[in-house]
Amino acid sequence: MTALVTHLPFFVAIWVLACGLYGIITSKNLVHLVVCVAVLQSSTYVLLVLVGFREGGAAPVFYDLPLGTLVVDPIVQALMLTDVVVEATVMALLLAMVVRVYERTGVLDPDALLRLRG
Amino acid sequence: MSPRTRRILFYFGAAGLVTILAWGVLGLPAYGQYQGPYGDLVSYAAVQSRHATDVVSAVNFDIRAIDTLGEEFILFTSVMGVVLLLRKRVEPKDVDEAAADVATGREKEPPSNAVRLLCLGLVGVSVLFGLYIVTHGQLTPGGGFQGGVVLATVPLLVYLAADVRVLHQIAPRKLVDAGEALAAGAFIGLGLVAVALQEPFLTNFLPLGTTGRIDSSGTIMAISIVTGIEVGGAFVVLLSSFLAETLERIPEEHRGEP
Amino acid sequence: MTSNDAISATLRIAVLLLVAVGATGVVCTREPLSQAVTLSFYGLLLTTMFFVFQAPDVALSQIVVGAVVSPLMILLTLSRIRRGKARETNPSQPERS
Repeated sequence: MTALVTHLPFFVAIWVLACGLYGIITSKNLVHLVVCVAVLQSSTYVLLVLVGFREGGAAPVFYDLPLGTLVVDPIVQALMLTDVVVEATVMALLLAMVVRVYERTGVLDPDALLRLRG
Repeated sequence: MSPRTRRILFYFGAAGLVTILAWGVLGLPAYGQYQGPYGDLVSYAAVQSRHATDVVSAVNFDIRAIDTLGEEFILFTSVMGVVLLLRKRVEPKDVDEAAADVATGREKEPPSNAVRLLCLGLVGVSVLFGLYIVTHGQLTPGGGFQGGVVLATVPLLVYLAADVRVLHQIAPRKLVDAGEALAAGAFIGLGLVAVALQEPFLTNFLPLGTTGRIDSSGTIMAISIVTGIEVGGAFVVLLSSFLAETLERIPEEHRGEP
Repeated sequence: MTSNDAISATLRIAVLLLVAVGATGVVCTREPLSQAVTLSFYGLLLTTMFFVFQAPDVALSQIVVGAVVSPLMILLTLSRIRRGKARETNPSQPERS
């Protein structure tokens, strides 16, 4: 059970993922759905930043620190950095698709879209 | 399937997913106790063999530059997708309505003086700050991606303070498109120069200099600048693609006014 | 600031809790127009989290992307949708509000 206490911060990432999933599944508006996809992606940032964190570590910039001080993991931050910028672009692509779907069908409700197909 | 059934199914599915995720997360090292020898090795490598003090930028633009190349092309491709999806298509009814099309019926109000003052004041600061972040990526936190998005907010500020016509004068669409594509190609070009020098793709081939000076660490600054141009251009293209959709057509009698 | 104080530890826990609450808030805001504001604030919370967990590079990207670009795209999409809706209800004559 002590494993639960020492790993408690990771459950925040799982909670954010579950929130994002809940939003996607019970969404009634396509734009709301795209924002919930963004929330889902942000759960991975929370997880990654928690994985790389070290107690007592400083930021991985050695401009004013002597080499050899304890720093948090820089690889994980390099992964997150490009991901944050790419996420915004992918969200823009999804929103462009929403605009075109609205133009074609005139509805923004995912359930109504399913019914329209037949 | 009704929304209620879907919600109940979701709860069951989510319970299973959360259990599996929790079981996986409990296998990680405890919070704050990351062991990771690779991170320490990379810090030493970045500072001593690449003469860069910001380890994250060194990882992004030198030690793992090919991953960054892939991410940059994801960005490039999604922007291309947005431009394709939102391109203007001439439909017959548009041509008929051209003279009377003042879309939603809301006249565009001129921006208030407070907004204009704030935006115009911020433009100079943002340009300087963005350029600083892009060029000092190898020394302090920063780099191409961060500086690029800061630079991309400058046309947005200009649009808020003035009109969309001023935006298109400052950032003409063709120039920004060409600049973005050229910058994406320049990244690959820098890698291919290394290949031409009989080294692996994307090796750091420029002189490394002394740690802590701005002209240190070889190609990291070059790649950072090129990435900054690409990311900034990508976001300006995104902004103008979306804006072209919402642009209210100017009635014939008001064309040409400032 | 190095991260070995009790104050820093409480700050980190507090920011994590705020991020959890913020995510719930973004999802539970059903109206997309209000969601743009909530998403912007959530982006700011994520920036604070990255800053407190010693990740300044990521915080720099997130602050512009999360607080400016994402809500901007949402607002532009909504504006486009509203324009299409108005044109649909009055197809031939212009509207004056």
